Amino acid sequence: MMAHMNPIASLEPGRDRTMILNMGPQHPSTHGVLRVILEIDGENVVRIMPDIGYLHTGIEKTCEAKFYQQVVPLTDRIDYLCPLTNNLCYCLAVEKLLGLEIPPKAQWMRVMLNELTRINSHLVWLGTHALDIGAMSVFLYCFREREDILRMFEMVSGQRMMTSYFRVGGLALEPPLGFFDFVRQFANRFPGNVDEYENLLTGNPIWGLRTKGVARITAEDAIALGASGPTLRGSGVDIDLRRDMPYSGYENFKFKVPVSQDGDVFARYICRVQELRESISMVQQALDGMPEGPIKADAPKVVLPDREKMKTQMEALIYHFKIITEGFAVPAGEIYQAVESPRGEMGYYVVSDGTAKPYRVHMRSACLANLQLLSKMCEGRLIADVVAAIGSIDIVLGEIDR
Amino acid sequence: MALAPAITDVEELRGHPALARLLGASVVVEGAKFDREEMTIYVDRTAVREACVLLRDNPACPFNFLSDVTCVDWYPQEPRFEVVYHLLSIPKKERVRLKVRLPGSSPAIESVTSVWPSANFFEREVYDLFGVRFNGHPYLRRLLMPENWEGHPLRKDYPVEGYR
Repeated sequence: MMAHMNPIASLEPGRDRTMILNMGPQHPSTHGVLRVILEIDGENVVRIMPDIGYLHTGIEKTCEAKFYQQVVPLTDRIDYLCPLTNNLCYCLAVEKLLGLEIPPKAQWMRVMLNELTRINSHLVWLGTHALDIGAMSVFLYCFREREDILRMFEMVSGQRMMTSYFRVGGLALEPPLGFFDFVRQFANRFPGNVDEYENLLTGNPIWGLRTKGVARITAEDAIALGASGPTLRGSGVDIDLRRDMPYSGYENFKFKVPVSQDGDVFARYICRVQELRESISMVQQALDGMPEGPIKADAPKVVLPDREKMKTQMEALIYHFKIITEGFAVPAGEIYQAVESPRGEMGYYVVSDGTAKPYRVHMRSACLANLQLLSKMCEGRLIADVVAAIGSIDIVLGEIDR
Repeated sequence: MALAPAITDVEELRGHPALARLLGASVVVEGAKFDREEMTIYVDRTAVREACVLLRDNPACPFNFLSDVTCVDWYPQEPRFEVVYHLLSIPKKERVRLKVRLPGSSPAIESVTSVWPSANFFEREVYDLFGVRFNGHPYLRRLLMPENWEGHPLRKDYPVEGYR
């Protein structure tokens, strides 16, 4: 508790008309435990300073003490709204270090689940963002669909949130019977659901007043401050790592990258809502073109053998024992693997020294960089707009603090 | 499982836009490595800001986006720290990694916040977790750990369980 109780991490009251106001860390609109220190002059924000670190759990340090395969469950806990994106990014990095070839079915499953994760994350964002600004009912609609996606995660991995479904070398398990039917039903229904959300918000004059022209940011500022993802595309910069630097078979999918020129809260809202439609179309494409074949790479020293083989083949049993007790050695080297997470550029920098434990794992958090936009967005504006601005950059504190 | 060996010959890698730019502008390039489709350039610790400006304003391939700044501790080797910059060119979709080696005793380097304001949080995080000082940083305070924390947790000589 001695954390952050000292006076250093605060703004000193400078001018005589202003006062210092703490927003958070228990404020409902800060999406977790973000503390924002505001210097205000009446209703106007003069300066704003985010104070983070309340959720710091030392994941990067923990990774250095674990085997490569034991890091996967830690990656879930970084961004609890898109665990599969983190699983994917880490697995891709380690697979590149190993030089592993991933079978097509595993790749397509990864893309499909990643897009479902994106929908899941955007639904939570949309619901809570609208709730912050004052539109109650959207939240209930969004969480109705989110429940279905969490059920899909539970079907494939047994967990609703901390999935750990992607493993180094492929997937943990075959998807169960009836899974694809369930996803298809959802994919057929979901575009209509997005229409419902848009009916509630897009043309709504109150929503427009609270979001249009609010927390505007130019493309130059957004790039200079390290913004990525929908926050950057909302300012008119056309970049999406899925299209421009494809990974895990994204080059096989057709999708548009929504870009908006206005750079305000509404622009970021529109980008994300359109991404919902693109993502569900990619889920459809993945369902239609899902290849047959194995879900794990042919690398017995890295990938755990099937349970069946362990009961009949001695080699499988030996490899299983060795992977569990000693891990697998990864050739020395380093990889920076970036993926397009729902929040922007999620990057894993993995350094190997040739042993079975990563020498260093660093996560490039999209939210950490996006959070730096806050002062540019809010200074000189009203306190009420701070809430809209924080919502519009879609922060997850688990990812920021790690 | 066939991995191509890393290329570490600077002359052979001269064709890469980032390396060509740095060599052309007489920045002290200590080495380069092309491994697993990724380009790494080692620059001298005094030249990092200059190198970043050159790469950002490179007309052939502007590396205008700073993805990440981080650090690796190679304790007990010397030079102990490697500060790592990941740059991205949004127009050309290219990446490059800059590395600077720093000694273990009072590691310090010039800040790149004047080149990219986004380096602010990244450098604070490296300072917080590794104890590398960034000269010229506008607000070099701990970011994640409490202000009165002792030690820098991601250093290799810092125990995983902490000191207590």
